[in-house]
Amino acid sequence: MDIKEIYNILKLAFEEGIGEPVTDKPVDPYMIIDAKNINAVCLFLRDEERLQFDYLNCLSGVDYDKDNLAVVYHLSSFALNHKLVLKTVVPKTDPNVPTVSDVWAAADWHEREAYDLIGVIFENHPDLRRILCPEDWEGHSLRKDYKVPEFYNGMKVPY
Amino acid sequence: MAEIRTEDMVLNMGPQHPSTHGVLRLQLTLEGEIVIDVKPYIGYLHRCFEKHTEAMTYPQVIPYADRMDYVNAMSNELSYVIAVEKLMGIEVPERVEYIRVIMSELQRLASHLLAIGTYGNDAGAFTPFLYCMATRERVLELFEITCGARLLYNYFWVGGLSHDIPVNFQKKVKEFVEFFKPKVSELNNLLSFNKIFIERTANIGILPADYAINAGAAGPVLRGSGIKFDLRKNDPYSIYPKFDFDIPVGQGLKGTVGDNWDRYMVRIHEMEESIKIIEQAIDNIPEGDVQSQIPKRVKPPVGEVYARTETPKGELGYYIISDGSLNPYRVKARSPSFCNLSLIRALSKGYMIADVVMTLGSLDIVLGCIDR
Repeated sequence: MDIKEIYNILKLAFEEGIGEPVTDKPVDPYMIIDAKNINAVCLFLRDEERLQFDYLNCLSGVDYDKDNLAVVYHLSSFALNHKLVLKTVVPKTDPNVPTVSDVWAAADWHEREAYDLIGVIFENHPDLRRILCPEDWEGHSLRKDYKVPEFYNGMKVPY
Repeated sequence: MAEIRTEDMVLNMGPQHPSTHGVLRLQLTLEGEIVIDVKPYIGYLHRCFEKHTEAMTYPQVIPYADRMDYVNAMSNELSYVIAVEKLMGIEVPERVEYIRVIMSELQRLASHLLAIGTYGNDAGAFTPFLYCMATRERVLELFEITCGARLLYNYFWVGGLSHDIPVNFQKKVKEFVEFFKPKVSELNNLLSFNKIFIERTANIGILPADYAINAGAAGPVLRGSGIKFDLRKNDPYSIYPKFDFDIPVGQGLKGTVGDNWDRYMVRIHEMEESIKIIEQAIDNIPEGDVQSQIPKRVKPPVGEVYARTETPKGELGYYIISDGSLNPYRVKARSPSFCNLSLIRALSKGYMIADVVMTLGSLDIVLGCIDR
């Protein structure tokens, strides 16, 4: 099933918050979903008979542009063998996105990583801690405006 | 017994512990010898791969991709170059595709041999480890005559290969295939059907199929649970559709479907399938160039791509966002070990401490791939 058909199904199920598919750029088309809807949309995508997106391939946090962060979801279906890319864009001043770790257990660590490196805060996540950086690290290193601190716990950071 | 006060004990396994296969810390909560909770702590090997890529050009990322899963560098490179090629719309020559497939399958053998050898080691069987390492050495020799490096190759480039295979490569590979064929049954006699080994692995760490999918398990861990899914067949890339091979799955032969023994056995069978692919490919390498005509400066158009390949450990995906400049805007690596390790908590609860070691080994993790 291609992204247009999936969009039509979603459009019928949800009144608002579903963006038009972006298909003009290479290579993967995607849809932008409102952050407040993302959990409900994902649950729908997983459980709907015609879609059955049972597998979360990848969840990435992205420093989207000057004012926004994004979370990108790559989904696929074992049963129907189709794929989908979703995005949700949130402002840097209020980077709250509902978790999808209750929909796919795979999202748990991916969301911790996105929180650690990008600084997206996942609401209702069961265990939102840093995962790759030490727990007392400051800042989110994959932000474009990130500056490496000179000292960490009194130790000089090399490079 | 009720009046005896008991207390849970918290025990750190790692970060420096041979059975954690790298610098991984597992915080075990124990009730006697029974594990009631596992909390993995990762990040000890975090080298900021994703941040580094943003300051490099596209071809410069390839050696860094090598160092993700450092015992499996060819497959890492393959996934990355396929992602960039897909983004730029590059077709690579047939000769390149053949060589890439042969190298990836040889790499699969090397990676599985290491996984199997160290797994036997975890169970206390030291001899199979030496046998596996000796066999793996033969694979590394093939890589060494090809590109000079034994572990980190920088061999697959965007649009082709760094250079052609040496003249005697095909002969050497055929010799290796003949050398390798009896090794599988040797390993089976030595380890797979050993009674002690079976008792240590069967019926332990059972991963049900529906949870495996939900939790993002990949590769032999997923197939061990009986799910016939392999990206080489289900979402084909390169020239894999040309070859005839099976997807081995766990059948619960010695215990329950999805237990440690099943995951182990999937790897044994996959080695046989890889040999099949190499045999089909090695005689049919077409003549030609090993570099397609691509611009000297690799500069993909504005866009994004998610390309995934089946590495020995499972689905490795690269999500690349290009802003049209020489450096990638964002590279995210979806590493199979990362997803597989997150299962450890569900798989270890209720088992003994010694079983945690066996379950962890059956996931075949490489910390370089997890921490990036």
